[in-house]
Amino acid sequence: MNSILNQNSLESEAIYILREVVAQFDNPVLLFSGGKDSISLVRLAQKAFYPAKIPFPLMHIDTGHNFPETIKFRDQLVEELGLRLIVRSVQDDIDRGISVEEKGKYSSRNLLQTNTLLNAIDEFKFDACIGGARRDEEKARAKERIFSIRNDFGEWDEKNQRPEVFDMLNGKIDIGQNVRVFPISNWTELDVWEYIKRENIEIPSIYFAHDREVFERDGLIWTASKYVYKDEDEITKTKRVRFRTVGDISCTAAVESNADSIEKIIEEIRDSAISERGARIDDKRSEAAMETRKQQGYF
Amino acid sequence: MEVLKIATAGSVDDGKSTLIGRLLYDTKSLTLDKIEAIDRLSKKNGLDYLDFSLATDGLVAEREQGITIDVAHIYFSTPKKSYIIADTPGHIEYTRNMVTGASTSQASIILIDARKGVIEQTYRHFYINNLLRVKEVIVAINKMDLVNYSEEVFNNIIQDFEELKARSDFKDQKLTFIPVSALWGENIAEKSNAMSWYDGQTILEHLEDLKTEDFVEQTQARFPVQTVVRPKTDEFHDYRGYAGKISGNSFHIGDEVTVLPSGTKSTIKEIHFFNESFKEAPAGSSVTISLTDDINVARGDMLVKTSEVPNEKKLLDATVCWMDNKPLIPGAKYVIQHNTNSVLAKIDKVEGNVNTNPEVVSQEPNLKLNDIGNVRLKLSKCIFADSYNSNRANGRFILVDTQTNTTAGVGFIK
Repeated sequence: MNSILNQNSLESEAIYILREVVAQFDNPVLLFSGGKDSISLVRLAQKAFYPAKIPFPLMHIDTGHNFPETIKFRDQLVEELGLRLIVRSVQDDIDRGISVEEKGKYSSRNLLQTNTLLNAIDEFKFDACIGGARRDEEKARAKERIFSIRNDFGEWDEKNQRPEVFDMLNGKIDIGQNVRVFPISNWTELDVWEYIKRENIEIPSIYFAHDREVFERDGLIWTASKYVYKDEDEITKTKRVRFRTVGDISCTAAVESNADSIEKIIEEIRDSAISERGARIDDKRSEAAMETRKQQGYF
Repeated sequence: MEVLKIATAGSVDDGKSTLIGRLLYDTKSLTLDKIEAIDRLSKKNGLDYLDFSLATDGLVAEREQGITIDVAHIYFSTPKKSYIIADTPGHIEYTRNMVTGASTSQASIILIDARKGVIEQTYRHFYINNLLRVKEVIVAINKMDLVNYSEEVFNNIIQDFEELKARSDFKDQKLTFIPVSALWGENIAEKSNAMSWYDGQTILEHLEDLKTEDFVEQTQARFPVQTVVRPKTDEFHDYRGYAGKISGNSFHIGDEVTVLPSGTKSTIKEIHFFNESFKEAPAGSSVTISLTDDINVARGDMLVKTSEVPNEKKLLDATVCWMDNKPLIPGAKYVIQHNTNSVLAKIDKVEGNVNTNPEVVSQEPNLKLNDIGNVRLKLSKCIFADSYNSNRANGRFILVDTQTNTTAGVGFIK
C-alpha cells in the first residue's frame, strides 16, 4: 500500500467531472474519435469508476475518410476494455439523402459530421455527450463551459451560457436538450502528452513520425489519398511527417517531424512555433470557423 | 507542473485583454499562426501595432464590438509554472461573469486605468474578490504611458485603494500594486525603463513567485459522495465504494467518520485511486472510499470525521450574487445545490441590496441580475454546511431555477 496519494489537479478535476456526468444524467455517451484527447478520456473514465467498468458506451461519428490506423486502434481498445461501441457514419446519411457531399478543391466531410452526430443523439436519446475538446485549442472553445447546453437542434447559444461557479456543475436540462461535457477543458496540448507519457497510454501510430505520400497546398502538408481532392499540378512526394491532431483525413494536415517517441513529441511541442490547430484545414475557412460550426451543433 | 489560476477584473477599455495578450506574447505562448492572425486583424482594423486584445476575444460579437462578453479561459506557461487566466468582462452588468471567473481562481489581477483612478467599478471588483476570499490580489495600474509614467499618479491611486482595503473584513488578503503599460509591455514581463522610480516586480515576476500550495485551504475535511461504485464482478463481488472529491483536509484509513445526513458512524476501510490503495488522501483528490460497515450511503450524502461534524441547517443566511434575468424575490422557490446534495429552498427574506459602493446605500427587497445581497432561505430538508469563511468548499451553493433549470445565483453561507 502507498502512503500518501499525490494526484495531479487536472486529473482530479476530470475524474470529478466524469463522475458528475454519471450521477446527473440518465444516458451519457463518450464521443470517441480515435484521437489522443478521446483516448485520454477513456483512461480517465477507467480510473473514475474502477473497479467497475466504464458505465457508458463510446460513440464514433465515422466520416468514412479515416486514417486506417485509427480505426484499427479504436477496435482494439474497445475489445480490450470490454466497452460498447456505437458507430454512426456520414456515408449512411449521404446514401439516405440526409447529407450532401461537398464538392471542389477543399471538400471535406467535417461539416457533415454535425448532421450525423445530431441524428445519433436523437436516435439513442443521449442526454450527455462527453468530448475531449480543450479550451486552449481554439478561441471559441475558450468560451466553453464544462457542461455546455445544446437545444434540440444541437445549437450552442454562446451568448447566453449558464454561469459555472467553483466546481459546481448544474446538469438540469429540459427533455430534448442535451449537454456536451468537456472533462479536459483545462488541459493544454502539452498536458495531454505528459499524461499519455506518465500513464503509458497507447496511441495510434500516425502521431509518430513516419514516411507518407503528401503534397503541399497553402503552406500546409496534405495527405495524398483518394479522399482528398488534388489538382493535377499538385505534385506528391514522400516526406517524414506526423499528425498533431487526428480528424477526418481531408481536413487534417500533417507536420514535418522526426519525433518518433512520446519524449520527442513533447520536446517538439514545447519548441513549436505553430499551434496545434494551425494544421486544421477546417479551422482555416474563416476567423469564426469554429464558432459557426459550434453554433450548429459541431463539437 | 504547478497550475496557477488567475482571474482578471477591469472596466471596459482598461486594457484587460491587451494585458493578457501581452503576457501571452512576452512568454512566447502565442504561436506564429496566432500572431499572424492578430497582425492580419489589426491591420484590417486600421492599427499600425499588434492589437493583443484580439488574442483573447473569442466570439465574433466580441471582436466586432471590441469588448469581452463572456468569460474566456486562456492558457500559458513558463518553464516554472502553468497558468490559466479567466478573462472576465468589466461591464457593470457582467458581475456574474466576474464572480464566475474569480470562483475558480487563486489569485486575481484588478486593472485600473491610470487616467481614471479608482472608480465605482473598482469598488465592485475589490468587493467580489473579498467576498470570494481571493487571497492574492495584484492591482495593475495600466496606461501609465498616458500619464507620463507619473509616480505621483501611481501613489495617489495606491492611497485611494488602501482606503478601500481599510474597510475590508478580509485581513489576510495581500495587495500588490504594479504600474504598467500593457500596450507597450512595460512591467508586464519586462521591466520598464520609463518608470525607473518603480523598483518592485513585474506582473510575471510576481506570478512566478506565488506558490500554488499556499492557496490550498487547510480546514476540516469533507467528502461529498458523487456516486456509488458497485462493480458486481467475481473479483469485487461485495465491493461498495463511495466516489467523490475530498475537500478541506486529508482523510486516512482508520478515520472514524459520520455519514450525513443519517448520522450513521463507521470507519474508513480503504482509500482507492484506480487500482492502487493509499493510507492517506489529501484535499483535492478524487478517490473512492470504502467503509468497514455495510451501511446505506448514496449520492448527496457527505462523509466527515466524527469529531468535526458541520452545522445542521434548515434556515440559511447567505450573501447571494444574482445571475439571472428574473429577479430573486421573497416567496420564490429554487433548488439549492450544495456540494452533491440538492434540496428545495424557499426564499424567506431578501434583506436589501448590499451595494458594493460604500458611498451609496440601497435597500431593496429583491435582487436583480448582477446584484449582491443578504438572503435568508428556508430549506425543505436539513443540510450540513459550514460558513464560507471557515470552509469554502462546504460553505457555498448555487440556486437552480426549477422552471428554466438555469443557474440563477450563487450563495456564500454566513
